[in-house]
Formats: sequence, C-alpha cells, structure tokens
Amino acid sequence: MSTATGAPVPRVRSAGQVRRLRRRAALGRFWSAYRRQRAGVVGLVVFALFLGLALAAPLLFSHDELEVTKATGQVLAPPSAGFPLGTDESGRSVLALVVWGARVSLLVGVAATVISMAIGTLVGVASGHFGGVTGGILERATDWFLVIPFLPLAIALATVLGSSLLNVIIVIGVTSWPGTARLVRAQTLAVESRPYLERARVLGGGHWHQMSRHVLPNVMPLVLANTTLTVAIAILSETTLSFLGLGDPFRVSWGTMLENAFAAGAISAGAWWYLLPPGIAVVIVVLAFTLIGRAMENVLDPGER
Amino acid sequence: MTFAATDAAPAAEAERERGSTPRSGGLGTYTIRRLASGVATMVFVLVFNFFLFRMLPGDPISLYTRGRNMDQDQIRALRRQLNKPIGEQFLHYVKNPFSSGVESTQFSRPVWDVIGDYVWPTVILLTTATVLSAVIGIAIGIRGGWKRGSAFDRVSTGVSLTLYAMPEFWLGMVLLILLSTGTGIFPGIFPSGGTITPGVDPRSLHGLLDQLWHLALPALTLTLAYLAEYALVMRASLVDELRQDYLTTARAKGMMDRLVRRRHAVPNALLPTITLVFLNIGFVVSGAITVETVFSWPGLGLLSYQAIRGPDVPLLQAIFLLFSLSVVVANIVADVVVAAVDPRVRT
Repeated sequence: MSTATGAPVPRVRSAGQVRRLRRRAALGRFWSAYRRQRAGVVGLVVFALFLGLALAAPLLFSHDELEVTKATGQVLAPPSAGFPLGTDESGRSVLALVVWGARVSLLVGVAATVISMAIGTLVGVASGHFGGVTGGILERATDWFLVIPFLPLAIALATVLGSSLLNVIIVIGVTSWPGTARLVRAQTLAVESRPYLERARVLGGGHWHQMSRHVLPNVMPLVLANTTLTVAIAILSETTLSFLGLGDPFRVSWGTMLENAFAAGAISAGAWWYLLPPGIAVVIVVLAFTLIGRAMENVLDPGER
Repeated sequence: MTFAATDAAPAAEAERERGSTPRSGGLGTYTIRRLASGVATMVFVLVFNFFLFRMLPGDPISLYTRGRNMDQDQIRALRRQLNKPIGEQFLHYVKNPFSSGVESTQFSRPVWDVIGDYVWPTVILLTTATVLSAVIGIAIGIRGGWKRGSAFDRVSTGVSLTLYAMPEFWLGMVLLILLSTGTGIFPGIFPSGGTITPGVDPRSLHGLLDQLWHLALPALTLTLAYLAEYALVMRASLVDELRQDYLTTARAKGMMDRLVRRRHAVPNALLPTITLVFLNIGFVVSGAITVETVFSWPGLGLLSYQAIRGPDVPLLQAIFLLFSLSVVVANIVADVVVAAVDPRVRT
C-alpha cells in the first residue's frame, strides 16, 4: 500500500500514518487550487463574517432587546442614531433582530443540510452499490421523492408536525435529500466500475467494507461541494417556511422577521428599513454559500466554465 | 441543485460510446414506457398523499378541526369516518381520491369545488412568468455563454446568481414598496394586489387592460426569480457544447460565426434548458405560493397560504395532491417532448 505513493519512502510507516499523510497532502492540494478561485474566497470570507456575527450576537446586543415587553423604541420608526436600522412594529431595534436572526437562520441551514446529506448519501451509495432489486427500489424511491414538489411537501409536513425550531430543521432535512441521492448514485456507479473495487471484492471485502472504505471516500468530495449548495437552499427554505408562518414563533430568524414585517403592514407603511435588512442578509449568505459550492465544483471538476 | 447540465451530458456520452444509437424502440414505444412509469409514480403519489396525513402522531380529529368551531354531531361524523379500518378508508380513497369525503374546514364546501375557483389566476400567472423567464433567461444564457468571460457574461452571471439567492416573496415585497406604495423615488404606479380594480367590468377593454396592469408586478417578480436559473443552465450547456468537434468543423468550413451559433451550437445546447423549464413546475409552484400571498393574487398559492393559516388540513391535502400530480404530468410531457426532438435519450 505504501509503495504506491511514488515518492521515496524514508522509513516504514503504519497504514494509519500513511493515510493521514495522504489526506493532509490531498487537503493541501485542494486548498491551493481553491485559493485561486476568487469568488470562492470571497464567499468563504463572507460566511466567516456572518458566522462570527451570529456567535457574537449575545455580546453585541443583550437578549432583552428581543423582548417585546422591554422594547424602548417607537413603533416602526425610521433609522436614527439610537436605532441605526430603525425599529419594528413593537419598537425593537431591527439591527439587533437581524444579528440575532443570523443564529437561527444559519443553524437551520446547516443542521437541515446535515440530515439531508446523511439520508442522500446513504440512499445514493446503497442504490448505486447494490444492484438488482434493492438498488432498483432505492432508485425508484429517489425518483418518486424527486417528483414531489418541495414546498407543498414541506408545508404539509410542517403543518402536521407543528411549528418548532427542531421541526423546521427536520422538515427541510427530510424533504431535500433526493437531489443529493441521485448525484451520489451516479458517482457511485462510476466508482463501482474501477478495478480497485473488483480487487476489494475478490479479496473478500464485505459490502460495508467496500462502501465505507472505497466508494464513500471517492464520492465524498462531490458530496461536500453539493453540501454547500444545499445549505444555501436550506436557508432559503427556512425563510420561505417561516414567512408562511411555519417557523418557530418564539425565535427570531430572518424568515420570521419578514413574516412579521408583512403581517404588520410594513409594505404599505413604506417601512423599507424593516423589510430590506433581513432580505439582504439572506441574499448575501445564500450567495456566499453558492459561490463556495461553485468554487469547489470548479476545483473538483476543472475545465468547466 | 447544480447549474451545470450534469445529468444529461454523461448519459448521452455513454450512449455514444456504446456504439450507434440504439434503435431499441421508436418514439411510440418510448412514450408507452414513459407513460407506464408515470402511472407508477402517480400511484405512489396517491398512496403517499393518503398516508402522509394519517401516519403522524396525535389525534387526527384535532388536526382536522384545529382553529374551527365544530358541533359535536360533526365531530362524531368525522370520527366515524376516521375510525373505519385503515384498509377500508384507503379503498374509499383509492376509488375516488378527488371526492375526498372531508370538506374544507374553512370554506365548509367540498375541497375540489374550492380549488376550482382558484385555478385560473394561478395558471395565467405561472404561464406568463414561465414563458417570459424562459425566453429572457435563454437569450441571456446564449449571449453570455457564446462570449465567455466578456463583460456581459460576468455581469449577467453575477446578477443571475444574486437573483437566484433571493427569496421570491422578498423580491415581490421590494418591488411593491418601490413601485406601488410610492415611498421611494418612483411614484406608486402599480396596484398593490388583486386581479382587477373593484367596480371595473372584467369583460370590457378597460377591464382587460386593468387586469394586465394587476398582473404586471407579480409576473415580473416570478420572471426575475426564475430566469436566473435558466440563464445559468443555458450558459453552462452552451459552454459545454462549444468544446465539441463539430463546431470546429463548422468554423473551419468558413461558416459565419452567427450561423455557427444559430444553426449548430444553440439547437444542441437548448435541450437541457427546455427540459428544465418543464421539470421546474414543482419549483414554479413553490414560488407561486409565497408571491401570490404577497400580491393577494387569488390563486392556488394564496389558497395554500389560507389553508396553512387555518390550518385547513383537508384543503392542504387536496392542494398537495394537485401540485404533485401536475409535476408528474409535466415530467412525462418533458420526457416525451425531449425524446421526440432528440433520439439519443430514448433508452
């Protein structure tokens, strides 16, 4: 195993050491290629900024600022020195709401993506690896769920489950996996025809060994690129579901802010300071994830675009 | 969702490698096969729709009656219906899923009657937005992809990505506040919602113009929201196509650049985008739900919103079934149309 690297091997290493070294080298190669993608780097920086903002929210604004009963501002007041982004319909600072809202929006986006990726990867690898009936059934199931329109399904699930933060995460997670599953399946089929899988089979490697040691590591990079795009879609989905009143009513997110703004008549009141900030925040963060995902795709599959 | 035409290209390539295009069946055979699998999908959708609203924990009665006053007789009748063995209920449902015995809890009318009143505004809005966004998106994609890296390409890709990152309903609210309320630099020239000014006769010429005027902003919102993806996919598949040898041949013959583009590159690159336009029906429907809400456009989207707010579970279930089935039908149509145009995909 260790002689295949090509480079002269200075001393005997354990398989684990070799694996770690190779992994580090691969990551290094990936990073140096990624760094050349300007848009991808911008996306990464923007994401880091928002992540920092979300983590630092309690330091910037006390949680009391979110309490309707402790609001100090006037109702729907335009931006002023005390309230740089104006106030909402109960006199709370819009700036504080946007900063705190980043926490829920990012959390939902990432957590839902983890669920979606886990299901999608599992189904995709299994349906690509097992031929015959099992693979066929899984492929069919993927196709069927792919057909069901996302938002109506999410609405149906959210209505039946009730609105809480956890339910929003679950709903988005379990409705957005089929795209990933199909992508992973296609990639698995490509990997399955490689000689090293035949070697593993001939040497007596079980299904689990083949899938976890050979298929998954080769499918993973693509899954990760897909992950960032899924986070973008999950954040948009959270915004949409919350706007429709299916979000957690006791937590501030960008989606619930837009819901409240709409319900409070911010449009006819011309309260642009209430309407614009949460929407712009969504656009910037979603755009950042999209740019990261595209940059990763470019690195993994050069020669495009 | 990726922007590259990832699925079609490798499949077609594998096909070419396998030798000549397999004439395993003409368009007729393909259509029949596709219809059969479409029917299977519909059966799945029907069964899924039945169990989705029944498999969940909690008392279904409270779910069906939440937010609504019902007298004891009605509740007893509903409970009798729901207390039947699940197999019997399922049989009843399968016999005629569109009769769905339970009435809408908000309208106190059979759900499909209610839906019938709301179909046309949605069809008009979505058709307008889909046609406009496809035409404009494809035009932008062609121009950008042909001159890759040009100023136009970079600006249009940036704008498309930004539009793609926007929640449609937020875009709608911003357009409303800019163009309808008159708070910004523009005067409020567009109506804020509905399909027609109250009191105007919808059948007169004035009424027709008035309705178009009401259609303008919601249609613009959805057009902007959808065209981004079409532009990006069209650009990606044209860029893919540009690497093909036959384009070099066409150029080597001394063909004019414009003709190479119009006669060779674009027709071949168009396919993934056209497919996407059909496949996007599910996505388009999702946009309609929020945008119709923002513009008080009395279609199925606004009806969904009202059903959520109720919540009116029987109505939601029916709308869900309708949306899912229309996506299945659109998928079949897309596949058959594409197979008619491109024999390579008939496998």
